[in-house]
Amino acid sequence: MNTKTPSRLEKILAAGHLAVTSECGPPRGSNGDAITKKAEMIKDYVDAINITDNQTSVTRLCSLASVIHLKLMGLEPVLQMVTRDRNRIALQSDILGAASFGINNILCLSGDHQSFGDNPQGQNVFDIDSIQLIQTVRLMRDEGKFLGGDDIDQPPKMFVGAAANPFADPFEIRVPRLAKKIAAGVEFIQTQCIYNLEKFELWMKQVRDRGLHEKVYILAGVTPFKSAGMAKYMKNRVPGMDVPDEVVKRMSDVPKEKQPEEGINICVESIQRLKEVEGVRGFHVMAIEWEEKVPEIVERSGLYPRPKIE
Amino acid sequence: MIVAERKPIDEIIGFVKNCKKILLVGCNECVTVCYAGGKKEVGVLASALKMAFMKEGKELEVEEVTLERQCDHEYLEEIRNIIDQYEAVISLACGVGVQFLAEKYLTTPVFPGLNTSFMGVTEESGVWSERCQGCGQCILGQTAGICPISRCAKRLLNGPCGGSTDGKCEINKELDCAWQLIIDRLKELGRLEDYEKLIPIKDWSTERAGGPRKIVREDLKS
Ligand code: SF4
Repeated sequence: MNTKTPSRLEKILAAGHLAVTSECGPPRGSNGDAITKKAEMIKDYVDAINITDNQTSVTRLCSLASVIHLKLMGLEPVLQMVTRDRNRIALQSDILGAASFGINNILCLSGDHQSFGDNPQGQNVFDIDSIQLIQTVRLMRDEGKFLGGDDIDQPPKMFVGAAANPFADPFEIRVPRLAKKIAAGVEFIQTQCIYNLEKFELWMKQVRDRGLHEKVYILAGVTPFKSAGMAKYMKNRVPGMDVPDEVVKRMSDVPKEKQPEEGINICVESIQRLKEVEGVRGFHVMAIEWEEKVPEIVERSGLYPRPKIE
Repeated sequence: MIVAERKPIDEIIGFVKNCKKILLVGCNECVTVCYAGGKKEVGVLASALKMAFMKEGKELEVEEVTLERQCDHEYLEEIRNIIDQYEAVISLACGVGVQFLAEKYLTTPVFPGLNTSFMGVTEESGVWSERCQGCGQCILGQTAGICPISRCAKRLLNGPCGGSTDGKCEINKELDCAWQLIIDRLKELGRLEDYEKLIPIKDWSTERAGGPRKIVREDLKS
């Protein structure tokens, strides 16, 4: 098995298992228990847990401290990092800080614009972009160098991930964009939530046509709807989200009290269909503020128990 | 050009509310072209100020002058002989002109009449938009002639982000996504494959980040 880091997620993927990851959003306060409680609910059903970094630009407990909480529980965290809030000095420094706690996975993102969050008057940084953050982590890990050229004493051993959105515009560069991330050195991808399965399958076909599925592990992103209202909101209000009308209709057609169950059904069916897509190497289950449902989704999708790898 | 907008009248009145005699100084360059601080706008502001004072039962004497430029010594010198007669000056130039005027005439209070907004173009009559942030290291040769630093809300050098929708930016449906424009233009040029070239991490030291900037041309210095 050819792995480059101590990451358990990398080992599971390299061993050919379908990986399962999930994510937790940190609290809007200093209560670390909020993280550990969420993690407790899902830990036996996933291989790694992402911690989001001030998602939608709303100020929260930081992702770095949160992944340390998870690590101290003996879990496998994925540190999400956006380039919106930190310059290259802060990013490199946080990567070293995370590595010093044995954090072995990072997801490189640019981040939502601050105008979506609680501080729309704030500055943004964007000293580098997500692709350049991938390059930065690879440089630090593989060459043992800082961006400034100096040597790193004990380089960070991080398995490097990024997001991909097969549904954003313009569609024709969606595969080239993935190729660009691969050229920058990305090793695993967690996709945007998939509701439009046909479009995703078309994207995957184009990915396979270029052989990209052999160069990167692609984890398909899924998010269960809690209600028809959430489906409509995601369709109409969330940039870069593709929710077909049939899916919204399917949610609206069932009575309100049955909608959460229908949302889970759709999610499980999607996973089952996506399992058949060549090049899909796992799933990223994002149950937004609904973490307690992750075990059910994973179990019903036939992804339980999780492989034991040390 | 430098595009600016006039400040709200109440803010300007606040600067000079205790004055009896002021000088308004317009500028004949960019701010004339964008209808913010040229001769005409100086006249409009002068009447508005006088009226506002009159309503309060006060009188304000306003002198108007519009210089060829406020960013050159030569033209600013033209008011040297008169400036001492005024309690305050309101400059309707961009922030560059306001400062240069203030630097030159140390004993007269100088206030800005405009909010300087950006370096941009006239898209159509009455519509201006940003094109350049003066980063000091032009990358337009790599981005099909469209600048992601000034036109992408996240100044992504390897965009677009996942929020680009129907050609528009995630922050505003009225705003073109710069990366959509870049890709469209690469297509027109038959160079879409250039999209996959990674743009390296930028040296921002030639931008604002490196501190106030200065260019010295020895061959031109007197
Ligand atoms: S949508 Fe386009 S212009 Fe807006 S932030 Fe994303 S890449 Fe930049």
